[in-house]
Order: sequence, then C-alpha cells, then structure tokens
Amino acid sequence: MKTLRSIAYARSGDKGSSANIAVFGRTPADYAWLREHLSAAQVEAWFKPLGTGPVIRYEVPNLEALNFVLPGVLAGGGSCSLRIDAQGKTLGQALLAMPLDQLPENSHSTD
Amino acid sequence: MTRPLKIANASGFWGDQPAAARLVAQQPDLDYLTLDYLAEVSLSIMAITRAKDPAASYARDFVEVVQSLVKFWQGGGRTKIVTNAGGLDPHACGAAVRAELAKAGLTQLKVAVVSGDDVLALVRAGGPDFNNLESGAAVTTVADRLVTANAYLGAEGIAAALQAGAHIVITGRVADPSLTVGPCCVHFGWTTTDYDRLAGATVAGHLLECGAQACGGFTTDWLDLPGSHDIGFPVAEVSADGSCVLTKPAGTGGAVTVQTVKEQLLYEIGDPGNYLSPDVTVSFLTLRVEQSGPDRVRISGATGRPPPAAYKVSATYRHGYKAHGMLTVFGEQAVAKARRAGGGVLRRLQEAGCVYRETLVECLGTGASVGGIVRRVPENDLIETVLRISVAADTQEPVKRFTREIAPLVTCGPQGVTGYASGRPKVMPVFGYWPCLVARSAVKPAWKML
Repeated sequence: MKTLRSIAYARSGDKGSSANIAVFGRTPADYAWLREHLSAAQVEAWFKPLGTGPVIRYEVPNLEALNFVLPGVLAGGGSCSLRIDAQGKTLGQALLAMPLDQLPENSHSTD
Repeated sequence: MTRPLKIANASGFWGDQPAAARLVAQQPDLDYLTLDYLAEVSLSIMAITRAKDPAASYARDFVEVVQSLVKFWQGGGRTKIVTNAGGLDPHACGAAVRAELAKAGLTQLKVAVVSGDDVLALVRAGGPDFNNLESGAAVTTVADRLVTANAYLGAEGIAAALQAGAHIVITGRVADPSLTVGPCCVHFGWTTTDYDRLAGATVAGHLLECGAQACGGFTTDWLDLPGSHDIGFPVAEVSADGSCVLTKPAGTGGAVTVQTVKEQLLYEIGDPGNYLSPDVTVSFLTLRVEQSGPDRVRISGATGRPPPAAYKVSATYRHGYKAHGMLTVFGEQAVAKARRAGGGVLRRLQEAGCVYRETLVECLGTGASVGGIVRRVPENDLIETVLRISVAADTQEPVKRFTREIAPLVTCGPQGVTGYASGRPKVMPVFGYWPCLVARSAVKPAWKML
C-alpha cells in the first residue's frame, strides 16, 4: 500500500489544544501533486475521530509545503489532555500513513 | 562590514541534555549561547514546585549549566549566555547564578535579569481583553483559579542588558526567538523598525529554539541520519542583513539539510505569512533555503512588518487532578483482555462512588497515539499491549483512589499482566492553558544588572 510517506515528509506540533502539521513534497513535482490533491477537507476527514475542528490549509510554495492547522484536535492539549500524545507529536506520522489511493484523481506515479 | 554573529542553542526545553552547554560552548568564536526552558506548560510546572518550595520557581537545571561552564570561563572563554531559565522568578535565578559564580571566583561576569512579564494581577482583575484566544470564553470563569499569567516580552530588555555589559541575561517569559534577536540588535545596531533584519533574526531564533530538532532530531527520515545517538545542537551565523547560515558543531551526529531546516521552520506555526512575535511580524513566504555546504544551510529573504499592538499572554489555571496508570498485558487476545481489565477498573471505582469528569482507556500498540485512525494489524493479532488508564476529576480524592486500583490487576486481572514494578501512579494537578492578549501600554518590561 502506497502512502503519502512515499512523496512527502512532515512535522507536527502543538499550540494549546490545536496542532499544526506541515507536509513537504520530496520533489517539486511531489509538491505540485500535494497542492492539487491534499485538501483541508481530506485532512479533516482523516483526523475527525480525534475531534478536530475545521482544518485550515496554508500553501507555502517557497518551501514546497502545505501547513495544516487542526483546531482542538488535542482534546485540551498540554497538561489537560489524558491522551498518550497530548502534544501532537505523532500527527505528522499519522498523516504520512494516509493511503495515496484514498486521494481523488490519483495521477501520481513515482515507480 | 560587521562580521556575522555566532549564536548557538544548548537547551530546547526544560529537561533537555544538561551536558550540552559545556560541549557547545567549546565552539570556536561562539558569541552567544541561548538556552530555552519554557514551553507552554513549563510555568505551570514551576507553579507546582513553587507551591511546595517557594525557591523552586525557576529552571534550577540552569544553575547546573553555570557550574558546568565554570572551567570554560576560568580558562578565558568569552561566550555570553541568554536564557529564559528565570521562569516565574528571574531574580531568584539570577541570585543563585551569582552565588555559583562567586564560589568559582568569577565575579567579573555580570548577571542581568529581565522581568515585567508577570501580568497575573492584571488578568485576575478581568476584563474582556483577557478572553481566551482559542475559545472566546471570559476570564471571569477561571479568575479565582489563575496560577500564572505571563506576557511574551520581546528582545528589548535583553538588548538593553547586553548593551550595558551583561555576560549572562536571565529572563522570565519572553518570545523564544527574542533570545536570539536581542544579541543581534546589540551586535548590528539595529533599531526597532529594521523589520526585515529583525524578521531574519527571528527566523534564526525560531530555528534554534528547539535545540537538536533543527539538526535531524524529530525528522521524518530519522533512521537515515548518521550518528543519531549524538545529534548536534544548532549554531546560527547571523549576518548584518538578518540572513543566516544554520550549522552544527563538527564531530556531532545528525545532519543540517534543507529538509531538517524546512521541517523546523514550520514547526508549531499557524499562518506562515503572519508569524507573530513581539519584535516583528514575519512572513515565511519569502524565505529561501539552500544547502551552502556540508551541514550548512543558508536561510535568507525573510520579510518583516510591525509587530502586533498587543503582547500575547500565556496564563494557567488550576483545573483539578489527573493520574495515568500503565500495565503490560501479554498473551492471546491481549487487547481484548486489556480493554476489559481497564473498563473493569473504572467500573469498580464508579460503583464505589468515585466521580470523574473524564476517563480514558488506551491500548498502546493498536495505534492508540492517534486514536486508532492508523491501524496496520488487526487488534486480535497483537500478542502484547500496554494498557493505559487515565482519569481526571475536579477533586483529589477520586484520583487518589484510582491510583490504588491498578496493581490489584496483577492478581485479579487476566493471565500475563506484568510491568507493574514502578509502583502506584502519581496524582498530578492539572493546569488549564489560557492564552490571551494584553495591551503593550499595560506591561512594563524591566531589566536590572545584579
């Protein structure tokens, strides 16, 4: 199963009870593909079980990156959240595990 | 042309490697060492320790760092230090540091403290200005439970103290990048309206503030790194135009690449076109990032605009108690057994009259870190899991009762329960996080040479 990991790298962290996930194309073509296919709605659907609010997507073309902000995804965050990951350290890895064929109009090929 | 300023970091958070400072300080021609101790929740941890011991209101780890640098300074080392180790009481931290220096005969080193960030009295008095930035809730809902409220000050006080000849500057809450911006302002003679240059230094400070994370720590491709057992701490060589080269000490592990730098640039960032600091509003959308040599990455092109009209405040309030208990469950249907055992503990407690505002049972190994949204193996196929049970309550008693109910699972739980040797879990106070704003005119940043 091919996942986002094959075309992207990422980093996530917390701001209060929200988190951000930055996703970077491994090549300029990968970034172009991400920009076209990885929408805020898809990221929101992926993290819905964790209780995220409406996801905001920022394009950062000079860094070949998309930055997603997930409001309230950390269930209180910091000292309040009871979860093993109260600070969003794992969310980058979780997004990179998204299967590519889950994204519509999958035209990407790196094989 | 003024030579570049060499600034390193040797602590990304409270609890980072205590030996790092002594090693990083050995870098040739290092001008400044910055040490960051204050994450969002750190001041509330200090509030806990302060409740038990009024002297424990700052990062005492920093006093050990000073001890570790005594030989370096005695040998003629000139590197200056800027740190937010002062926590809730920069003056107490400064006094402890001076005492250490005096013991070592280093009284020629001047210590300054920056204060004025404490706005607890103001926030406690309330007002619509202090509404929660995330939820919009009114501060009156938590005013009587507030424990700390600190404004993120900028580089101003740090720069003034350095200008006056301080060798060690100890602050309370300041914006993390300001630890780097302050030295740059003094060295290059920037004014408060040199926005593009301040933006560049803020970017350098943002890259430095999490320590090893800029040099391969936490990177997606961590397994491919050379020397991952000994990842170096970052060093920024900041130029007069605010651009910088990020690198790391020779001989350390990890890597400084376009990838490690880009990942850290967007770490804990909201809108990359509007990165807000008390010194400048930065756009990351004009940045250029290029490899300029082995383990050397050049970052240039930052653009800045005037900073926000208000300071951001990080406040914390008492929010009851919590505890987490963990046990390992091994064997056939380990996850099913763990879930039933965890649910059973909570049921026993509830039947005994304990009331919790929140409970959670997690089976680690099943993708529990992300609520099970990523799962590679069916739960039933796992031969082992770590059962983690958590509770939170407004009062201490039901949480304390919970901590006594974990170990009994060894004899009344499923076969194959182990990993109970670390004893009963600890009852921990919970501190809620309350981000808000405060007008600049209401805050009086101050510095003092001790």
